[in-house]
Amino acid sequence: MDFLTLIQIFDSTIRLSTPLLLACLAGLFSERAGVYDIGLEGKMLMAAFFSAAVAAVTGSVWLGLLAGIAASMVLAGLHGVAAITFRGNQLISGVAINFLAAGLTVLIAQDWFQQGGRTPSLMGGGRFTPLSLPLAETLAPVPVIGPIYAELLSGHSILVYLAFLAVPASWWVLNRTRFGLRLRAVGENPAAVDTAGVSVVGLRFAAVAICGLLCGIAGAYLATALQAGFVKDMTAGRGFIALAALIFAKWRPWHAMWACLLFGFLQAVALRYQNLDIGGLVIPVQVMDALPYILTVVILAGFVGKAIPPRAGGEPYVKER
Amino acid sequence: MTDDQAGGRQAPAAPAIELRGISKAFGPVQANKDISIRVMPGTIHGIIGENGAGKSTLMSILYGFYKADEGEIFINGRKTEIPDSQAAIAAGIGMVFQHFKLVENFTVLENIILGAEDGGLLRPSLSKARKVLSELAVEYELNVDPESRIDQIGVGMQQRVEILKALYRQADILILDEPTGVLTPAEADQLFRILDRLRAEGKTILLITHKLREIMEITDTVSVMRRGEMTATVKTADTSPEELAELMVGRKVLLRVDKVPARPGQTVLEVDNLRVRDPKGVERVKGIDLTVRGGEILGIAGVAGNGQSELLEVLGGMRPGHGQIRLNGTPLALEGPGSDGRARRAAGIAHVPEDRQREGLIMEFHAWENVAFGYHRDPAYQSGPLMNNAALLRDTQAKMQKFDVRPPDPSLAAKNFSGGNQQKIVVAREIERNPNLLLVGQPTRGVDIGAIEFIHKQIVALRDQGAAILLVSVELDEILSLSDRIAVMFDGRIMGERLPGETDERELGLLMAGVSGEAA
Repeated sequence: MDFLTLIQIFDSTIRLSTPLLLACLAGLFSERAGVYDIGLEGKMLMAAFFSAAVAAVTGSVWLGLLAGIAASMVLAGLHGVAAITFRGNQLISGVAINFLAAGLTVLIAQDWFQQGGRTPSLMGGGRFTPLSLPLAETLAPVPVIGPIYAELLSGHSILVYLAFLAVPASWWVLNRTRFGLRLRAVGENPAAVDTAGVSVVGLRFAAVAICGLLCGIAGAYLATALQAGFVKDMTAGRGFIALAALIFAKWRPWHAMWACLLFGFLQAVALRYQNLDIGGLVIPVQVMDALPYILTVVILAGFVGKAIPPRAGGEPYVKER
Repeated sequence: MTDDQAGGRQAPAAPAIELRGISKAFGPVQANKDISIRVMPGTIHGIIGENGAGKSTLMSILYGFYKADEGEIFINGRKTEIPDSQAAIAAGIGMVFQHFKLVENFTVLENIILGAEDGGLLRPSLSKARKVLSELAVEYELNVDPESRIDQIGVGMQQRVEILKALYRQADILILDEPTGVLTPAEADQLFRILDRLRAEGKTILLITHKLREIMEITDTVSVMRRGEMTATVKTADTSPEELAELMVGRKVLLRVDKVPARPGQTVLEVDNLRVRDPKGVERVKGIDLTVRGGEILGIAGVAGNGQSELLEVLGGMRPGHGQIRLNGTPLALEGPGSDGRARRAAGIAHVPEDRQREGLIMEFHAWENVAFGYHRDPAYQSGPLMNNAALLRDTQAKMQKFDVRPPDPSLAAKNFSGGNQQKIVVAREIERNPNLLLVGQPTRGVDIGAIEFIHKQIVALRDQGAAILLVSVELDEILSLSDRIAVMFDGRIMGERLPGETDERELGLLMAGVSGEAA
């Protein structure tokens, strides 16, 4: 395996990690505030469809992004109303959102575009194009550093850079701001927040809204940057992989990034080596494709050590004396 | 005393807190009925009453958790609306809840600034709080390490953090709800010194408790609540525990348990080197030896969480253990077949579990069903392959009569009885089987004084019939007045055994805190 191949695999790792990372951080905000969200998948899917649809109709990827975010936030609001206002079961609400998104996206796509539940392929201004970092061309011939800079770091869409910048930003918000302190507190002991005179409901809705925003960007990235249009079930379980990464990361932003890079790397390897040949033993493509999911199962089964979730996670807050 | 001074200096002094005609109903239940009190600044005012008397509801209204249906609140003479906790904090009211409202994996400092931060960034708030905290530590002798995490400090310290939280928000009025429930006697004494200091600095304190001793020890004035009404407000110096108990219950109450000296017979229960691990693998009972003879009550004292519950549960067949236990000389299984509650009952062990609502009763079921649980295979309750419900009903009715359960209605669901009456149902079920050994955990937790008196009498009566009784309680008063021998547990071990006549709360308190007998 030569250096350039490695660079290419890492390059595609970054692209494939981006939606996972955005979704993972989305889940992080929601769950650190005590609202479990298995509806990441559904929100991403809905955002993917609406961003592709609006981008296809208007020709503007930015309008598409906004539409995707709006669609995801509507679902996040729905989850908030069910889980926070009406104190419903958070898992059931999340499952409902996943079903809703899986069905609605295909149904609306068929109704609007009559292309078998997909959107038209996006072209030109309907897609996020790669950004070239400054001096990428100039530096490209330099050995080692050149390819790393020009191939690996440069040439991604703006959403990729946004996703990776969101990691330090999330860490800073959670650990260095008043909002972050309150958000973490409400996920651990909402009664402490309530008796301190801060609104539990308000904080949790804010967290769920951030979750919707990030899921919206993740979905829009899938349909308008990673691929060129929406196809049925295009999230392909990424919302669940993001959840696994979140647990793997023990609900911490920097760890979340590394976990998502690991999953992205497995996906990149699977894409690159359809049939991996290790000294005569051929690993079939199906196994390669299944790797990220197998890792997900392993992680969720608790093989990564003890992950302590936010203490009040999954429980609606009921005021008591 | 402070009361008079305040009144003398600035006539007419406005009360720090004045409630006028507060009423609050939850559905058909009138939790607070036309309650009025005045508390002068710089005093400690006690509010005493049985469980369900409405003390907590009243305090929740004052702290903005509930809205009163009627009535007015005046703080420092000014009419104040308190729709939420934010308003209460703004009015200078701080509350220390019975169950602390702290974020366990936050530091002391983070807990203190939560909700009272200055600005959007944490760093300036934290350094300001650090400074204020060191000032408060000097002013009120409230020392805590601001950087330690809550889950790494003891309960007494956590309570200080709660008090500091209130002081940091510049509270002039502090409400403490059953503050000593989780403390060792030494910690409680420390708390009272702090309260004394706060009073000296001019703070007004409302102390809610059901412990008469605390009222007598620290308060200036005391109000008694009964069934949602305030039945009396008196100067503490002018009253006595007996009078307060009578005001609480509405009739004369015997505060001391009346019993003749024990006449212990043969050894009934022998425990050798008992060890118990909890499901997480943590050892909770670390090698206990004890014996209980017929006709005596062995009281196990200790702060909650030192292995007493696990000891009871193993003896009662609710969880496995290691070691040996013998009942009248016969070994009992500690794990596997024959170690369950059914086998224990068959061997003559009755068990009044610590948590009646989770282990003693099924709250949704009728009283008559609850009276049968554990003994439902009794042939007297059978009629061929079916349950003989008529027999059960008759039996329940008899037990309810004998134990004065109110209302005496066997078909009422367990959850519809008051705490005391629920406990009477459990105690009746277990005692009426005439067991060789009775295991009793927290027999009077959350039970009103009248029922306490009754339950204690029944336990002593069973002892006098020759049964062995193992009593586990976190209430030292109860241990001291019921037991014939006292063993103190700390960290899964027995720290020492004492005779009730030859020890006192101070010595037991030291043992409960893990200070061994020699050092004490």
